[in-house]
Amino acid sequence: MSTSTQSAASIQRLQHKRQTLEDAYSPPANFLEIDVCNPETHGVNKDRYTDYEVRMRTNLPVFRLKESSVRRRYSEFEWLRGELERDSKIVVPKLPGKALRLQLPFRGGGDGRFDDEFIEERRRGLEDFINKVAGHPLAQNEKCLHMFLQEQTVDRGYVPGKVRTT
Amino acid sequence: SFFGLVSQGAEIDIVLDGQESRKTAELKLEDGRKERLPLYYDGETVSGKVNILVKKSGTKLEHQGIKIEFVGQIDLYFDRGNRHEFVSMVRELARPGILTQGVCYGFEFVNVEKPYESYSGANVRLRYYLRVTVVKRLSDLVKEQDICVHTLAQYPDLNSSIKMEVGIEDCLHIEFEYNKSKYHLKDVIVGKIFFLLVRIKIRHMEVQIIRRELAGSGPAALNESETLAKFEIMDGAPVRGESIPIRLFLSGYDLTPSMRDVNKKFSVKYYLNLVLVDEEERRYFKQQEITLFRRAEKRRRPIANSYIEQAIFHHRTAQFGQQQQPTTRAQQQQSQATPPLTTPEDAAAAAISPGRHGDANNSAADSPELESGSTHVSPALPAARSAPGIKDVLGEDDDDNY
Repeated sequence: MSTSTQSAASIQRLQHKRQTLEDAYSPPANFLEIDVCNPETHGVNKDRYTDYEVRMRTNLPVFRLKESSVRRRYSEFEWLRGELERDSKIVVPKLPGKALRLQLPFRGGGDGRFDDEFIEERRRGLEDFINKVAGHPLAQNEKCLHMFLQEQTVDRGYVPGKVRTT
Repeated sequence: SFFGLVSQGAEIDIVLDGQESRKTAELKLEDGRKERLPLYYDGETVSGKVNILVKKSGTKLEHQGIKIEFVGQIDLYFDRGNRHEFVSMVRELARPGILTQGVCYGFEFVNVEKPYESYSGANVRLRYYLRVTVVKRLSDLVKEQDICVHTLAQYPDLNSSIKMEVGIEDCLHIEFEYNKSKYHLKDVIVGKIFFLLVRIKIRHMEVQIIRRELAGSGPAALNESETLAKFEIMDGAPVRGESIPIRLFLSGYDLTPSMRDVNKKFSVKYYLNLVLVDEEERRYFKQQEITLFRRAEKRRRPIANSYIEQAIFHHRTAQFGQQQQPTTRAQQQQSQATPPLTTPEDAAAAAISPGRHGDANNSAADSPELESGSTHVSPALPAARSAPGIKDVLGEDDDDNY
């Protein structure tokens, strides 16, 4: 009824600026890739621990380094999660499990938390976690995230704060 | 002589004049069922006949009078017993007497005012109905017949576009534009989204139509939001400089006109909600109020029914306050009541609300709302967001649910 009497002009697309070729074909401004890989177990017997390489490539201006590679262990991921929960206003995603049961002695079969399967599952969970977190605009504001991703060591005595002034 | 008799001795039937040729409209009843009712306009005469049939021939129905009422009322569901009649007219059909057989009375409510549109919502209902009452000693016989009322509005003189730049500092800047701020119910929303800065990974973008019903007033007021439509306008990741068109046909959706403070009891507002979803299911959104109105249908033939012609002349336009005469005074009122769109009001209304959600199915991530940087109104037209009766909405805190 009404649409048939409507002129083509009244439902025509609004005028828009043409996109420049540069904008169309440049690398996108949202490039952010974080890999959690190369798990390595250090130490012997009781004092063993596993850490992972956290490798980051980005072109987001908020990150100081466009490429970085650091080694982090599970407890440091936990630390990051705690800092973000306290300081940022985001709902922080969950980490993969703590595997408390596996740490008890005499747990039958395999290497417990140094089991290859367990490490691989944990690696995947940590990768999902850090990608979700690092891509969040509000988390990108937090100094703890930048330190976690781009400083060689995590200084737990740092002064918490924001990176951007907004 | 019988107690608790189900058949009360008489059957009442209300027959409206011209029912065969009259247009009908669907309205939702309180239990959710839909009913088709005859359609009337403001100023139109409501007339017809009341047939009363005595059930068993030979019985006598003694009564203390028969009357018919035309009622317009607002029911607030959550406040049982809170029924407010804003129109109430009575006609006496019969003095006290005795009915022995079927009888037929004519009635006519001449040019009766119907200032508001019928509305059936989540917490409030506005209805018009005829009620025949046969008054008896113990309990009255009552029969009701609902009608549906539509209010028509003129196409507004001033209908500026909505154009705004919003975003999250350093992460996402977009400019959205909708071609009008007031749309009729069969209109098309034509718009576009222009990406100025994209530092997040967007997966898709959609436009939603949201109805917000505010029933009651003060601390007991109830706010009910319903998403009436979700319309995907983009699939995939945009980059800077891209422009995404919007063309959303409203006739496909179950919409009513915007209602502003109807009899100071309730309001119905409509919003366009622009939602961007990123790769991690985070939702970024910007809500914008629009005004919907019901336009008189264009007729190709001359109007046969003179009642309808009279009704349009006499109608009260709730939204635009345009009297048929004097037009100049109405237009002057309109321009005086128009405050301009300003940036600070927008920023206040569109502040980031972290930790809240635009949609129930998202629990993991936050939904930052987009802050506006600057506000534009299409040049050469003053910002005509207000007309007599419409308050400027930008300062209100609409974002309790988001």
